[in-house]
Amino acid sequence: MWKLLQIELYKIFKRPRTYISFAAITALIGVIQLGLKMDGQAYVDFLMNSLKDNFEFDGQILNAYLVCYIILQLLLIHVPLLIALIAADMISGEANMGTLRLLLTKPVSKTQFILAKFLASSIYTFILLVWIAVFALAFSIYLFGTDDLIIQKTSYVVQIAENDVFWRYIGAFGFAFLSMLTVTALGFFLSLFAENSIGPIVTSMSIIIFFTILSTMTIPLFQKIQPYLFTTHMVNWKEFFDEKVDSQNVVIPGSIQNPQKIIDSALILVLHIVGLVSASIFIFKRKDVLS
Amino acid sequence: MQDIIKVSALSKQFRNITAVDNLSFTVKQGDVYGFLGQNGAGKSTTIRMLLTLITPTHGTIELFGLDLRSHRIEILKQVGAIIEKPDMYKYLSAYENLKLFAKLSGVKCTDKMLMHQLEMVGLAGREKDKVKTFSQGMKQRLGIAISLIHDPKLIILDEPTNGLDPQGIADIRNLILHLSREMGKTVFVSSHLLNEIEQIATRVLIIDKGKKIVEGTAEELFDPSQTIVELDTLNNKQCMELLQQSQWQQCLQPQRSHTLLLKMHRDQLPALHKWVVEQDVGVISLQPRHTLEDFFLQVTSGKQYVEAFTD
Repeated sequence: MWKLLQIELYKIFKRPRTYISFAAITALIGVIQLGLKMDGQAYVDFLMNSLKDNFEFDGQILNAYLVCYIILQLLLIHVPLLIALIAADMISGEANMGTLRLLLTKPVSKTQFILAKFLASSIYTFILLVWIAVFALAFSIYLFGTDDLIIQKTSYVVQIAENDVFWRYIGAFGFAFLSMLTVTALGFFLSLFAENSIGPIVTSMSIIIFFTILSTMTIPLFQKIQPYLFTTHMVNWKEFFDEKVDSQNVVIPGSIQNPQKIIDSALILVLHIVGLVSASIFIFKRKDVLS
Repeated sequence: MQDIIKVSALSKQFRNITAVDNLSFTVKQGDVYGFLGQNGAGKSTTIRMLLTLITPTHGTIELFGLDLRSHRIEILKQVGAIIEKPDMYKYLSAYENLKLFAKLSGVKCTDKMLMHQLEMVGLAGREKDKVKTFSQGMKQRLGIAISLIHDPKLIILDEPTNGLDPQGIADIRNLILHLSREMGKTVFVSSHLLNEIEQIATRVLIIDKGKKIVEGTAEELFDPSQTIVELDTLNNKQCMELLQQSQWQQCLQPQRSHTLLLKMHRDQLPALHKWVVEQDVGVISLQPRHTLEDFFLQVTSGKQYVEAFTD
């Protein structure tokens, strides 16, 4: 298994296509950071406009934590495409190149083959998220410095103390990894049914867009199915940035307002991942390789 | 001799299409087994079933005396294969591809071993080049290096001379003979270049529409005493009458087309030739049909000669 995983990782990181995602992420984050560095105050003023009548702000609102939050909100919608580029190509790409039949004539268990491929694409997803974390958080800390994180929610404002933010980002990135792993599993599953990667990539993105629309529309019919859609739960990394208040309406440092929501969402995402990977193994073992 | 491949009542159904129909055959140790059939005859499907890429609808496959379904990994350790065209990772070099597949085959290869393997297939000096820069022939050679890297006992080659130039074809032929005669490997080879099979195969199986048509050694299939002769003249009707009244009467075969058919020993051909010319019937052609290619075409298309060969 370890040998298969090494081979799969070797193949992933030898392909030029793999680095498109890293280059795209670097460019996107760089542009956002540059924009905020050059003209970020105007953006913050616009965001805080409605609050300025009632609150007085001091300190550095536009700091690394806010920049990272903005970047995550923007990026985590687009990262699935970059993940699908690799995950949806894992089997279909091999079929397209004709290497699938050569690989399967080697003394390798089909179950281990699928697991190694999924693990390799999961590691790629993890590295991509670490890359995002490094650029969006670490590089922003270098550029903007740190201070309290102020986030405007729909009906209230959250202010998280500077020393209470970092661990939330670790949690948020951990949860985002689970979300992206679901996308990986979906792309991987779809790659079983095609002989080129374009079909599974487009299908993965179409499913994500379609489910995202269903997840966000407040129509009673859709609301019934929303708890079962993985896209509903993918955005719950934001729950790490909501604090609990006590009976005096005072914030409890180091708390999360609704940790159960995070656990439930994580469990549903894990169920999706396990279901999709199990289905991939089941189908692949019975699949005729005709490519 | 040990049975290396034993296929029994093998069938594969794709929806309404029967790709392989109740096929049975046995390949003995040391055989170079030629597997012939037209495009779509079911050769590749059979080979894919031998390599567990396709699951049979019915029937059993035993390799090295073991059931393929329950001993897949154990069996594949002893098999090297090229299926149709050899496709590798285009973004990797020849050396990297070979190393990767050696690792997958469970072989720990030193650089020297890998280089020796590349040298054997004539790719020394190109080991660092990406496969995307390779010609079809070079890919084929690399495919062979990959299929042999783990020193398999059985080598399965599906159309191994596809895309090769005449020199490449000769090289592959020599390599197959070397593997069989010098190294004692069993080779199962399909090809549409029938004269290639004729030159190397110790046994031949011909299939058509998924069914076995005929199987035997080259000698059995091309018995000189069973040579079919096709005779065409300006007046075939008159020629037939003359033949029926001559010593050649017993050689006459049922007429299935406008030409006349006779079955005889190949050594009798000069005498027949002389006799026909003496009859002054305007000989257009007198052709012996004894090559594998003729035989193959006859049994897989018109089938008009099958009865003659199996009388």
